[in-house]
Amino acid sequence: MSTATAAPPATNGHGETENFLTAGYGFKTWLLTLDHKRIGLLYLGCITVVFLMGGFFAGMIRAELMTPQGDLVGAETYNKMFTLHGVLMIFFFLIPSVPAVLGNFVLPIMIGAKDVAFPKLNLLSWYMYASGALLALLAMVLGGVDTGWTFYTPYSSTYANGYVALVVVGVFVNGFSSILTGLNFMVTVHKMRAPGMTWFRLPLFIWAQYATSMIMLLGTPVVAITLLLVVLERVLHIGIFDPRYGGDPILFQHMFWFYSHPAVYIMILPGFGVVSEIIACFSRKAIFGYSFVAFSSLAIAVLGFLVWGHHMFTTGQSMYASMVFSFITFFIAVPTAVKIFNWTATLYKGSISLKSPMLYALGFIGLFLIGGLTGLFLSTLGTDIHLHDTYFVVAHFHYVMVGGMVMAFLGGVHFWWPKMTGRMYPETLAKISAALVFVGFNLTFFPQFIMGYLGMPRRYHTYPPEFQVYHVMSTAGATVLGLGYVLLIAYLLWSVYKGPKAPANPWAAKGLEWNIPSPPVVTNFDTTPVVTWEPYPYEQPEEHPSDSQHAYPKKQEEHLV
Amino acid sequence: MSDTHTGALNHQFDSLEQQYAAANMGMWAFIIQEILFFGGLFGAYTVYRNEYHDAFVAGSHHLDIGLGTFNTVVLIGSSLTMALAVRCAQQGRKEGIFRWIIGTMILGAIFLGVKVIEYTEKYHHHLIPGPGFIWDGPDPGPMKIFYSLYFCMTGMHALHMVIGIGIMLWLLPKVRRGIYTNDYYTPIENFGLYWHFVDIVWIFLFPLLYLIGGRHH
Repeated sequence: MSTATAAPPATNGHGETENFLTAGYGFKTWLLTLDHKRIGLLYLGCITVVFLMGGFFAGMIRAELMTPQGDLVGAETYNKMFTLHGVLMIFFFLIPSVPAVLGNFVLPIMIGAKDVAFPKLNLLSWYMYASGALLALLAMVLGGVDTGWTFYTPYSSTYANGYVALVVVGVFVNGFSSILTGLNFMVTVHKMRAPGMTWFRLPLFIWAQYATSMIMLLGTPVVAITLLLVVLERVLHIGIFDPRYGGDPILFQHMFWFYSHPAVYIMILPGFGVVSEIIACFSRKAIFGYSFVAFSSLAIAVLGFLVWGHHMFTTGQSMYASMVFSFITFFIAVPTAVKIFNWTATLYKGSISLKSPMLYALGFIGLFLIGGLTGLFLSTLGTDIHLHDTYFVVAHFHYVMVGGMVMAFLGGVHFWWPKMTGRMYPETLAKISAALVFVGFNLTFFPQFIMGYLGMPRRYHTYPPEFQVYHVMSTAGATVLGLGYVLLIAYLLWSVYKGPKAPANPWAAKGLEWNIPSPPVVTNFDTTPVVTWEPYPYEQPEEHPSDSQHAYPKKQEEHLV
Repeated sequence: MSDTHTGALNHQFDSLEQQYAAANMGMWAFIIQEILFFGGLFGAYTVYRNEYHDAFVAGSHHLDIGLGTFNTVVLIGSSLTMALAVRCAQQGRKEGIFRWIIGTMILGAIFLGVKVIEYTEKYHHHLIPGPGFIWDGPDPGPMKIFYSLYFCMTGMHALHMVIGIGIMLWLLPKVRRGIYTNDYYTPIENFGLYWHFVDIVWIFLFPLLYLIGGRHH
């Protein structure tokens, strides 16, 4: 690189190295930043607020369901609550969680780049996300929506109450944030890799992000146009989804799930990537079967586009279509199982240390396994007729989304927290919180499998008294879960100001992001690194440049230039 | 850090070649995304054309094939002028880029003008989908769906052209200032890709909307 310099890094006057956090203060330096690391933190702030709001609605839902009668809220309010819970958590929390927060922060560093390929586009993506979220928030303040997060017609068109158009436009704008992020990451991985960083030396997190970007780029535009049609249907009554004019509401479901099923993988694939990083680091082994894990991400992304009809087994779609959709859905279990088996094989004879990120990763494997396997119950045509639209489905997707993705996200946040903030969090509190989340989560959602199997339908605010015992367990679990989250947010916030300073590589982890100081300097690397090692070189620590706690800057100059 | 760009090379890249490759790939990825975006509309069109074939043929006969053909020729012409602008950029001929982009804008504006004439005519015949839609012939419901798709598809296409003309307005002063040379003309080339993509969408829209079912039977 032309700007290579042997001069020591600049200091900020307190004798500390200047980093991306101290490079500028004030709102303007954040709101106009083009630094991928700052943009990642902007996303982190926003999605935390959304998570708390979505969590509030979840809490209200669980409180209402304590008793069989509707004594806290009425049917319409209840409908609005589960709708807003779903819209916020899916579109504005889960989809941007790992890709936009952790992806933005570590993806360019992991491949040895100074930034993403299009920093301005990256900032624009954040503004689109924020404006989409504000539109949804505005609709909430004005009176909310009661369509369910899927905006099924005719709930969202002919029979809609509330501010459907506003929320849908918010999701539409947010969709373009997602498309542009996917585009940016995809080009970044293709064109910005450091010399020597070949495709098969990429960390598996990058492979997972790459597969996710594919889905964002190819799936999101379809739901965008679909939602636009819903807005037109709602505002102008154009008839495309309206049976009165020969339109077909089921067409909406096809177009919606064409994106939204792949979107389910946006909400899990990046989590797979995070877990691969954590498992390798805390069992001190290279990931078993690297290329299988890498390609299984791509396989899931591709197959994910061919299974949308499994949401529609009860809509009257062709029996033969259903059989094909069912078969391909089963087939997706293969690459998914490849990942689970390879992680377990990585753990085998590893020297495992149960640090808090590892607790989340292990929790992820267990919970995602349950979530994934119950998916097979639902992809079986016969059993799905019985389980469709029951709490079994609710429990299934919460095991995948919360037990899977949220666990992975929290694991990743803990893993990279020292890098992002330059501070360590209190490990004991982190372990307590991880335990609370794990126990609380299972207590919340496992009873839902049982009551769903017994016939409790989803989206009702009243229910027969025989289900109350399960609902009470579930609400108790949600309380524990909420406690875990609150504790987590509290000590992470505390650590930003009061936590002990983090070394460059607190976990003795491998990977380029651990070769640079915590927090990184604005341009990430003083000189573009040259990669000469295979991924996850945990088993040959002495030969590898990133084994030292103080790899920067001396070691880096020795090995990377 | 963003203010320290030297010349055309942005800070995150190591070389102009890398920057060009990234921008070019980004544009292609964006076009793929656009295909999927229009794909939703084409998918809905396919479903309803199969379901309501007769209504779609009748609706198609109601469109002005003369204006449609004229617009097709205009748009293909604008692709030619755009290609010539890119050619001039490769040769570093500033005046040429400027002239051909102006030509592309004029042809684009003619296309949109004709579209306005067509839309106005539909408005006078109460064929705008919405509460005021009136169709006296058979299948008024499916006919409304045909016109909904007609307006969504051509409207979305026209919106892309308006955005394209806006981008050209933004490019022109930069061309005048001589920012683009035969070493660096990525924005011109990428805009050309976008413009050709918008043309190709019309190449599909024209037969699917104007020419279905044969004109004489």
